[in-house]
Amino acid sequence: MQHGKYRFIVGFLALPLGLYALFVVWPFIQSIYYSFTDWTGLSPEFKMVGFDNYKRMFHDEIFWKSLEHSLLFALVLPLVTISLALFFSFMINVGGRRRRGGPVVSGVRGSSFYKIVYFFPQVLSIAIVALLFAFAYNPDSGAINSLLRGIGLDSVQPLWLGDPGLALWCVMAVLVWSTVGFFVVLFSAGMASIPADLYEAALLDGANRATTFFRITLPLLWDTVQSGWVYMGILALGAESFAVVQIMTTGPGGPDYSTTVMVLYVYQKAFRDGQAAYATTIGVALLFVTLLFAAVVMRLGRRERLEY
Amino acid sequence: MGSTSAEHEHENENENENGKHSTAGVGRRDLIKRSAALGLISVPTMSFLSACASSGGDSGSKAKAGKKTAKNPLGVNETAQMEFVLFDGGFGKEYAQDAVKIYEKDFPKAKVKFSATQKIQSTLQPRFNQGTPPDLIDNSGAEQMDMGVLVGKNQLTDLTPLLDAPSYDDPNKKVRDTLRPGIVEMGQFDGNPVWIMYYAYTVYGVWYSQKALDSLDAQYPKTWDEMLAVCEKARKKGMAGWTYAGKYPYYIPFSLYPMIGKVGGREVLDAIDNLEPNAWKHPAVKACFDAYYELYKKGYILKGTPGLDHIQSQTAWAKGKALFIPNGSWVENESANVIPADFDLAVSAPTGIDSSDKMPFGTIWASGGEPFIVPAKAKNAEGGMEQLRIMLSEASSKNFTSKVKSLTAYNGGTTGISLTPGLKSGVAALKLAGANVLNPRLQDWYVQLQKEQIGVAGLGEMMAGRLTPAEAIKKIQGFADAAAKDTSIKHYKHQ
Repeated sequence: MQHGKYRFIVGFLALPLGLYALFVVWPFIQSIYYSFTDWTGLSPEFKMVGFDNYKRMFHDEIFWKSLEHSLLFALVLPLVTISLALFFSFMINVGGRRRRGGPVVSGVRGSSFYKIVYFFPQVLSIAIVALLFAFAYNPDSGAINSLLRGIGLDSVQPLWLGDPGLALWCVMAVLVWSTVGFFVVLFSAGMASIPADLYEAALLDGANRATTFFRITLPLLWDTVQSGWVYMGILALGAESFAVVQIMTTGPGGPDYSTTVMVLYVYQKAFRDGQAAYATTIGVALLFVTLLFAAVVMRLGRRERLEY
Repeated sequence: MGSTSAEHEHENENENENGKHSTAGVGRRDLIKRSAALGLISVPTMSFLSACASSGGDSGSKAKAGKKTAKNPLGVNETAQMEFVLFDGGFGKEYAQDAVKIYEKDFPKAKVKFSATQKIQSTLQPRFNQGTPPDLIDNSGAEQMDMGVLVGKNQLTDLTPLLDAPSYDDPNKKVRDTLRPGIVEMGQFDGNPVWIMYYAYTVYGVWYSQKALDSLDAQYPKTWDEMLAVCEKARKKGMAGWTYAGKYPYYIPFSLYPMIGKVGGREVLDAIDNLEPNAWKHPAVKACFDAYYELYKKGYILKGTPGLDHIQSQTAWAKGKALFIPNGSWVENESANVIPADFDLAVSAPTGIDSSDKMPFGTIWASGGEPFIVPAKAKNAEGGMEQLRIMLSEASSKNFTSKVKSLTAYNGGTTGISLTPGLKSGVAALKLAGANVLNPRLQDWYVQLQKEQIGVAGLGEMMAGRLTPAEAIKKIQGFADAAAKDTSIKHYKHQ
């Protein structure tokens, strides 16, 4: 038995754990506490109201709508973004034709250029990206409709953000555009650590690109993909989705509640309507959705780790 | 060290086994584990819970009131500090700084702490929660704190003493009597106390270019048939009749609500504000909704309008793509850089249906903007009110109007200074309206109902052609009924 070992460990852990408790756990506890009050956020007085806020939430149509949209964000965004990023990074790193005298595995021609291009949106703040696209989606003089007119499609002039059927997809497209670059870089780094002789062996056996991707690249990259998935899901449920919806959409949250998401609803209730307690109630619901998402992804993604 | 603690541990374990001092006898490992766990819990104790976001209690010492004199009718403590937080928005901060200078001249021994910010809520919400708010706040902008909640939670000072004090210019006239119509009522929520002093005065209506209208050889239409005829003329010249802030359809009421008032009378709007059952089912509402829907049906609305925000729609309108836009008098300042020099900006009261309307043409919506409040827990509330009294003098009002191209709550103050075209037109419209000034209150009483439900989900959908007027009315009435029943919001009634 090594005496003092625990004291040593505790000495190191106390500070980070304390900070974690103070700045992460504590706000959560506080939120949960406030969700049982009628606090407005504008005065120091409030009283306990039991489960009133939760009862109200279960009968609140807008809450269910925002939950539905948030779940859609959490499902569609990671799927699209990660598939695209995998495709791009595969083509950049592995997908090229074999050139005479070159390395066995290489990307398509000009891949180093593409790498920079894909990463470019990542250096722009999400607020700027949202604003840029709000201009591009302008049905009257925006870039997209002008382009459509330019190629003779005068009759196809959608309202984009003004159309309840399109608005949510428009917002998602912006998030995909702005985040895919990060995952291209992440997956590229992962692919670089896959030994080239595995590919060489596959190529000698006559495997084509698709087979190489699904039999070698993807399984060996699984850990990275999984953490990317969680990260993307949290981003789709959290701050990033708030920024684009708040900046770009009608209302915001519209037209006719077609783009409202949980984070936006929390914000509106707390800072527009002066109902901070109800906002924390929705926040608690958001906490559960986020935890559930992470749990599901971890569960589904569990696989044997391959050593190489 | 190691050996001694080991001995202790041994002792403790022995004691434990013997079952003697079971509480005192805790193994060192357990002790560490427990104290670590305790450390995690002891920070967030329950008493701390209520203390953190809302460490309420008393604001401490209030400044002692000074002596009331003719020059100091509110009895301001001449040595007390006065703190003034201004919203630094479209009107800038110069006008307020000028007024602060006068305060400092009047009370040379007092110190004024002046600051201007766009983040009213983020800077002031914690101070309200701590019970230490400043003495005067311009609660405006995107981060406006909800007035209904502030009033409902008794966070504001009643401004009646200010209104009953003699005005800065004329000791025989009360401040109350120097104000434009509707200003005092707007500051009331229920009952007599006046919680808010709106300083700017906004004229809402239909904004257009007189030059464009002249080029169509047309006059501003007084009936809806004339309106449709003007729009048709405009279309023949390749110009849309109307555009509006499609992404923020709660701009449509700026001309629609006073039209409803003109057609059906003031009480229709009052019933709507009071959230009375079936208020929206009044025939005047239906007639006006039908009229606006006709603009969409006949294709008089600029293409793509539902996807434009306020700036984009104003820009399209200033470029001459559309003739009319529902807006407020800030549009002149906000779109100053896109409105051409020879645009000849003008505002008109809304067009009615026909001569059977209850109120005459000229009936307009005008009301206060820039809400100033004095918190209930302010240390120097008299100082805050005195600062407002200074701002409501003719000289300060003129200074505001000439600097930021907007009228103030002070009734007058436009002679002897050069007015911009829009402002001049606004003054003329107010003169034409006379006493027929309407003041719908939904936008300050029920923000969510007005903006997101009536505006975006109701009017926005109707003007984009996705709802018929009948469907829109049904939907809006549903929202209004829900708001009337909602116990989590405070309800108000017209006096």
